[in-house]
Amino acid sequence: MSVQTHLLPAGIARRVDHGVFVVLSRLLAIIVLVVVLAILSPQFLSWGNFTNVMRQASLQFLMAAGLTIVVLTGGIDLAIGAILGLAACLSASLLSQGHLAWGIASALAAGLAAGSVNGLLVTFGRIPPFIATYGMLWIAHGLGYVFMKGEVIYGLPEAFRFIGAGFLWGIPVPVIVALVLLAVLHVMLQGTVLGRAIYAIGGNPSAARLSGMPVRARLIVVYALSGLLSGFAALVVIARINAADSSLGEDLLLPAIATVCLGGTSLFGGVGGIAGTAIGAVILALVVNGMNLLGVQTFWQSGVMGAIILISVLADQVGGSRLIGKRS
Amino acid sequence: MAETALHPQLIQRSATLDLVKKAPGAFYLLALMGVVLTTWTPGFFTAANLTNVALQVAVLTIVALGMTLVILTEGIDLSLGPMLGLCGVAASLMVIAGYPLIAAVAAAIGIGAALGLLNGSLIAVAGMPPFIVTLGTFGIAQSIATVLTGGDSVVRLPGYYRWFNDGIFLAIPVPIWATAAVFAVTWILLYQTKFGRYVFAIGGNRQALKLAGTRVSRYHIAVYVYAGVLTAIASFIMTARMNAAHPTIGVGLEFDAIAAVILGGTSFEKGHGGIAGTIVGALAVGVLRNGLNLLGVGTEWQVAIVGVVIITAVGLDSIRGLNL
Repeated sequence: MSVQTHLLPAGIARRVDHGVFVVLSRLLAIIVLVVVLAILSPQFLSWGNFTNVMRQASLQFLMAAGLTIVVLTGGIDLAIGAILGLAACLSASLLSQGHLAWGIASALAAGLAAGSVNGLLVTFGRIPPFIATYGMLWIAHGLGYVFMKGEVIYGLPEAFRFIGAGFLWGIPVPVIVALVLLAVLHVMLQGTVLGRAIYAIGGNPSAARLSGMPVRARLIVVYALSGLLSGFAALVVIARINAADSSLGEDLLLPAIATVCLGGTSLFGGVGGIAGTAIGAVILALVVNGMNLLGVQTFWQSGVMGAIILISVLADQVGGSRLIGKRS
Repeated sequence: MAETALHPQLIQRSATLDLVKKAPGAFYLLALMGVVLTTWTPGFFTAANLTNVALQVAVLTIVALGMTLVILTEGIDLSLGPMLGLCGVAASLMVIAGYPLIAAVAAAIGIGAALGLLNGSLIAVAGMPPFIVTLGTFGIAQSIATVLTGGDSVVRLPGYYRWFNDGIFLAIPVPIWATAAVFAVTWILLYQTKFGRYVFAIGGNRQALKLAGTRVSRYHIAVYVYAGVLTAIASFIMTARMNAAHPTIGVGLEFDAIAAVILGGTSFEKGHGGIAGTIVGALAVGVLRNGLNLLGVGTEWQVAIVGVVIITAVGLDSIRGLNL
């Protein structure tokens, strides 16, 4: 038996330990947050606030879903917020003129196009992902500013607003949208060739290449998908807030990265999953909700996001290796 | 494998072609901008405008010099922009509150060093990815700066503060002196000390350093601390030039600094490059921005254009690395 455990690949042991640590620590975080907020704020435990938190969490999930897939390949997409902002502007301008289908199509197309360019830059351009997508961040921001010229678009069609602000069987529509997307992406990651390729590339890119996997083609699809999902998230976001301006995407990157880190997906790739991101989104929504209920200045939010990123990544790194140390 | 099997004739190239290939992208960008601007805008090649460019570029150059060391270690520091905002705000608030200038300067440098220490420790000791760590401190620095000022600008600075930008010493403006001094110190640190050799080695072959039993983490941390200190120094010039401090004044500066470093020929891989190229790179980015202003290109387009330039520069750099 001891020989068998010895022969167990180190990677699998690490993955199991990482998983155990992540699940336990996140459960603990949710319990602590709920208990503390319930004590500190009387409004916290109300149905209205609960739907509020869930709606916030689902928007957060939509914004971090594409990023999760990119991070699983060992890459990063810093452009998601900016792409979301650009897609939102294009789409809102068409929607406010009454072109429903074109409005929706433009957001998805803009996201897909920007994401595909990211993918091409990372694979055939051989540019490190954080530089390629950081460049794209500024390009998308710039194009957003150019397009909007500092204006704000209000008032989107009622029919369109349903996907962001509507209710279905008493549940906010964004929550249902997020749950459907969660299911689809989970099946994609666990049960399809593309999904397994994403884990394989993240786990060991050389091995993936040497085993004949079309790594570049898969990576292009992954970055394109991330862009497409940003475009999709843009639709839900503008439907919710009923407006768009060029600065919409500016403050979305830090929360999205915080969500993925909270979800326990390893930034080195290959470990984690989309379900973790859903949990991360719930924790982040609880934190933001708590800050609002307790009247914390919004100025603190980016700092809190930064601290969450640092703490959750550090905890996973230290906590994960502690567990591995104990076992051996 | 394929690289080593090249036929010798394929490897032989003319010296000129080699030179053209090896010169950092900044030279081409500078040359291009020089030609375009001198032909199209009469205002460019005037002493007044060129001095203006030099002064504008001082802040960027100082930050980019710190960024060069970080990138040489195969790292990145996205927090330098907001850090500049925070240092500027902290020093200004202290000066207005009546503290002596020297205390305010020391506090700002302390903040830069402390954030650098946090960045460096998490990267070198905890082994976290640099862009994630510095994105985290990006948020933290931004938040603290905004909270300190309530989101407003810090104005009504005492007149003497403007010396950091307007002062002239031996017929040369203070920002130029500061840039020269920072360059000299960085040059000595990088090429004449053990610290410098480790900077190249950390980027070049960290594994070998570890296997050789060298304890590199403190040098690795020192790189981020140094970048933080330089950013604090740059913040004084920036605040003096604006005659105000604003929490978000530095946002985007980290991006220009990365562009300057890459255009200057420093590579993200294997510790290739140096600080001389960064000076040219910063000048190129400065001239590009100045030129786009003179040509009447709006800030919105400028943001996008610099994004394209940085991606192109890194792309060309990595294609050059292929040894075609």
